[in-house]
Amino acid sequence: MTSALPAAVKATGVDKVFTGSRGEVTALAGVDLEVAAGEFVSLIGPSGCGKSTLLRLIADLETSTGGTLEIFGKSASQARQDQDYGIAFQQAGLLPWRTVRDNIGLPLQLHGQDKRTRAARVDELTALVGLDEFVDHHPDQLSGGMQQRVAIARALASQPRLLLMDEPFGALDEMTREYLQSELTRIAAETQAAVVFVTHSIPEAVFLSDRVVVMSPRPGRITDIIDVSLAGERDEALRESPAYFERVTAVREALHGTHVDRPNER
Amino acid sequence: MTTRATSIGWGVTGVLAVVVAWELYKYLGPAEGVTVGDTGDAGSGQIILPRTHDRAMPHVWSMIVRLFEPTSGGDSPALIVSVAAAAAVTLGIAVVGWLIGVLVGFGLSLVMQRWRLLEWGLLPWIVVSQTVPLIALAPVINAIGNQIDRSGTPWPQWLSVAVIASYLAFFPVAVGALRGLQSPDRIHLDLMRTYGSGYWPTLVRLRLPAAVPHLLPALRLAAANAVLGVVVAEVSIGMRGGLGRMLIQLAGQGSSDPAAPWGPIFGAVVLGLIAAGSVALIGVGLKDYRRGEATS
Ligand SMILES: Nc1ncnc2c1ncn2[C@@H]1O[C@H](COP(=O)(O)OP(=O)(O)O)[C@@H](O)[C@H]1O
Ligand SMILES: [Mg+2]
Repeated sequence: MTSALPAAVKATGVDKVFTGSRGEVTALAGVDLEVAAGEFVSLIGPSGCGKSTLLRLIADLETSTGGTLEIFGKSASQARQDQDYGIAFQQAGLLPWRTVRDNIGLPLQLHGQDKRTRAARVDELTALVGLDEFVDHHPDQLSGGMQQRVAIARALASQPRLLLMDEPFGALDEMTREYLQSELTRIAAETQAAVVFVTHSIPEAVFLSDRVVVMSPRPGRITDIIDVSLAGERDEALRESPAYFERVTAVREALHGTHVDRPNER
Repeated sequence: MTTRATSIGWGVTGVLAVVVAWELYKYLGPAEGVTVGDTGDAGSGQIILPRTHDRAMPHVWSMIVRLFEPTSGGDSPALIVSVAAAAAVTLGIAVVGWLIGVLVGFGLSLVMQRWRLLEWGLLPWIVVSQTVPLIALAPVINAIGNQIDRSGTPWPQWLSVAVIASYLAFFPVAVGALRGLQSPDRIHLDLMRTYGSGYWPTLVRLRLPAAVPHLLPALRLAAANAVLGVVVAEVSIGMRGGLGRMLIQLAGQGSSDPAAPWGPIFGAVVLGLIAAGSVALIGVGLKDYRRGEATS
């Protein structure tokens, strides 16, 4: 790996405590994680273990209550202002009154790019996600999978070096899901962006990632990091290869390890 | 096309139903109504069913025929002409009142959305303001207007009427626009933040477009309120020329000419429809911003 580049994400002892009306919730405790530039890392774990919180900290949508967090060697807030990352959530979150073209172009428009530059970039992006024919459609005319592709294109609009995704395929049917997983690995390879991908599907994490980060709840922390390092292209054949199943089993055991531990704790 | 035909059909049916109900009650009901607790003294007792004789309830067709007879006998213009002229005056003032109300209401919604503290401080007063009866408020505003006029700045009486009308019009706009400005989902606000978008870009690109579905009904309600406000204000401060004053005048002669007051009443109804219809036209131009209505 090119070690001269600063890491895309470098978290050291990151804590997050939410203080609400019903007392304090420790969402994350002592999280150490480094994501190299261009690397694909998944966060997996039972719900409530702080995956979304960690992603939102990286995105500067929440602020940590302890530890240090660097994005490309800068503070999270600076990285956000510099548009160093693009983000996509479980819901596509498209603006219903805007066409596909204008939804993808929204970040660019907000950054003052003129119409022509924007149009050129939107054309590239719709080609990348395979939606060229739908640029003038409105979101309500698209299927859930297509809406999610628009959301991904929008996340890529400012050519970010880091892509943050919070269960982006969570609401889709299995077929669409597998199709978009393949698409995403291709897009990640083409754009060379680092990806932090939240999921609770073990096969999805294994199929997509260079490394899978396993987390456990109360308090949210990292319990295991599994190197997937499946060589070669990520295609449909991979899903049936023995090496793939082996990694799936490894992640499952790491996840269940945290489950089995719990009765003993009580 | 068929849906429009259907809705027109239902509209016509609704009007016919009212006409039929009116005539049916007039035919079946007792001429002197039903009064309980009558002690024999004039005016004693409680009327529980209205009188149906021609002075109290003229036939629908006499109301319509009356529209084409001279307003006040002799060779004065037909009632419908006088009503149209008065309606034009009322509508003009209502438009001004509506504009003032929309500006004030929208301004209030903007500051309430921007500063939570102002929402807590202002919203209760905005709600309470609507419980002050217009007839109590009208003379006060009129007096202030006269004072301004006397101190040199010209302040015509119709402007007082417009201000009183705006008092009714601003309310739905303030409440509806606030709702609309606060309507964007968390995910959209988060996204705007990730784009490094500040207050104004977020307002223009997200909050305002998202407010449109809430704003349109509010504007329509404000239009109807403005017409109502002008009619009531004309009556309470005695401004001449509009429908309100005309209604009072004709109603005063009601026992000798019972069908006449229905002219300005029809006029007011038509004005309300014109006002609401014009706002509906604004909605046609903003069709794309109403796409969310179907899905969410
Ligand atoms: N805004 C918030 N206020 C209070 N508690 C929160 C907030 N966001 C998340 N939490 C809590 O933090 C923990 C982690 O949540 P989250 O990161 O959403 O988990 P995950 O995405 O892994 O399901 C949960 O216990 C959740 O209730
Ligand atoms: Mg989550």
